[in-house]
Amino acid sequence: MLSPPGTLLDKVWDRHVVVPETADAPAVLYIDLHLVHEVTSPQAFDVLRGRGLRLRRPDRTLATMDHSTPTDPAQIAGRVPIAVESAARQVRQLTRNCQEFGVELLGMQDERRGIVHIIGPELGLTQPGRTIVCGDSHTSTHGAFGALAFGIGTTEVGHVFATQCLLQRRPKTMAIEVTGRLGPGITAKDLVLAIIGRIGINGGTGHVIEYLGSGIEALSMDERMTVCNMSIEAGARAGMVAPDQTTFEYLKGRPRAPEGEAWERAVADWRALRTEPHAQFDRRVSHSADSVEPMITYGTHPGMVVPIGGRVPDRPGDAVHAKSLAYMGLQPGERLRDKAIQAVFIGSCTNARLSDLEVAAKVFAGRRVAPGVRVLVVPGSQSVKRAAEEHGLAKIFIDAGAEWRESGCSMCLGMNGDTVEPGHYCVSTSNRNFEGRQGKGARTLLASPAAAAAAAVRGRITDPREFLH
Amino acid sequence: MEPITLIRSGTVVLPATNIDTDQIIPARYLTATTRGELGTALFSDWRYDTEGHPRPDFALNQPQADGCRILVAGRNFGCGSSREHAAWALHDWGFRAVISTEIADIFRGNSLKNGLLPVVVGEDAHRWLLEHPGAEIEIDLAALCLRLANGTVVPFPIEAFARHCLMNGIDELGYLLAQDEAIGRHESLAG
Repeated sequence: MLSPPGTLLDKVWDRHVVVPETADAPAVLYIDLHLVHEVTSPQAFDVLRGRGLRLRRPDRTLATMDHSTPTDPAQIAGRVPIAVESAARQVRQLTRNCQEFGVELLGMQDERRGIVHIIGPELGLTQPGRTIVCGDSHTSTHGAFGALAFGIGTTEVGHVFATQCLLQRRPKTMAIEVTGRLGPGITAKDLVLAIIGRIGINGGTGHVIEYLGSGIEALSMDERMTVCNMSIEAGARAGMVAPDQTTFEYLKGRPRAPEGEAWERAVADWRALRTEPHAQFDRRVSHSADSVEPMITYGTHPGMVVPIGGRVPDRPGDAVHAKSLAYMGLQPGERLRDKAIQAVFIGSCTNARLSDLEVAAKVFAGRRVAPGVRVLVVPGSQSVKRAAEEHGLAKIFIDAGAEWRESGCSMCLGMNGDTVEPGHYCVSTSNRNFEGRQGKGARTLLASPAAAAAAAVRGRITDPREFLH
Repeated sequence: MEPITLIRSGTVVLPATNIDTDQIIPARYLTATTRGELGTALFSDWRYDTEGHPRPDFALNQPQADGCRILVAGRNFGCGSSREHAAWALHDWGFRAVISTEIADIFRGNSLKNGLLPVVVGEDAHRWLLEHPGAEIEIDLAALCLRLANGTVVPFPIEAFARHCLMNGIDELGYLLAQDEAIGRHESLAG
């Protein structure tokens, strides 16, 4: 009997099965690359110590610091101590743990440091066909390269440390076919917010999403990463895009990508990963890119999203909706455009790559941040930071009155002290608008870098197309 | 890990849908480097006012919540971040099971590894549970069913291996370590 033609997920999965799954036990799945950061790893290193275990494959493990680290240049350079003491402790602990277990660490002053999901691709470590995990739900980002990449908890971080494997049941598959093409001034962020608004924040639960179709093929790697990054916001642990010429061009020449003959062999192998024409998915959704408008969230989860020109939906009798609007200080039926805002955050693993900063800089160029608005621009990595400085983007941000910082997760989750004031509205290019995510009482409005920059300049929610001709 | 076979307890009900892990444990508590005591920070922003005093109207602050080991929550509980601190905080507070119509993937996996049983039930049983906060119920992991105070028996699914681990109080790491030979073989073949 012929087996049914496979999906990209099937192909990557099958290559990594160490022990097949049975009714009684999940598969033992091999992990090619384990990314580690300071917040979700200390307790896992303790497990190794407690059991007297070694870390099985330090050569497949890379650590960095991003979640709790300061973005203030003086603290990064060590001229002044890290202000948040508990963060300083995590940073010290990761340094010690990496020394003890032989793990490569891109530490505080390393020029390759950055948000874990931004540096993996930059270094060329994120490659098609790999299995990649990290103790962080936005590990889904790496799926943009045709890797199977997903977030794990700290116990599983310990499993990978000790065995380079995880116990996993094969997830269900969901195809999201994006037809058409995004219009001018419309970004990948708008596309993924529109998709989440459509399928809901639990629409992908239990599934791995494969994004396909002309609307995806036309996207750059940065844009594909933005889309895959937010798969978890639709409940899917992983999002994937089949590798193609765009992927190969991005990877070629990266420090840790294969070279010479090995590169040619790798590309031939990667080309074979594409989903077969008649492969079956457990679920299929089609979404038109042509109709996507600039989007913004109005509520307390990413599925509560409308076009910037839209109004806050009215859901009579829905107590959760009402509670969410009360937290956000918004009324049903209220127009979002022109609503005054107090803060703007341009950063995070969703939207802090160089191309994101370029779009924002286009809006800021020759303009000033509106009075009373605090704007934080936090590059995704030190490498993005250097490039933005060399290309003159940083100067545009600074001249406009924005704060230009060192890389890290920063105000996306506010662990490092970069937070939004209670009650303030913050247009943010990050991925979560949960209550209190950016600080207690903070009101997050998720949008694209273009929309965030436009809001910064006008001090109000703005359709960025006004600034992008 | 303590073995779980039967949980009999009153319930605490949080009917909101989409309770995310940032609500269960806000990021500012993630700076701990040990498992520690996270129960006091559980649902911190809902549980305490701006001065840090317990809000009397929040379910966990009501006297009848004391000693309850079962949390009943609205659909899609535990969505968002992969922070295992969410499962740790619930467990440390005293919960041993969470019941909802849908539980987010990463949180569910984390719960199973920490002696916190994720129980997914249908709409009818869920509605009854939401309408009867504090009801004494029984979760029978051996029989894979829930027994409600009105006599209804509700079956629930759970992954076979995770159930085996929970019932015997063993963790998955031992099982994985025992696969050393197969892992080594895979590594030499895959290069």
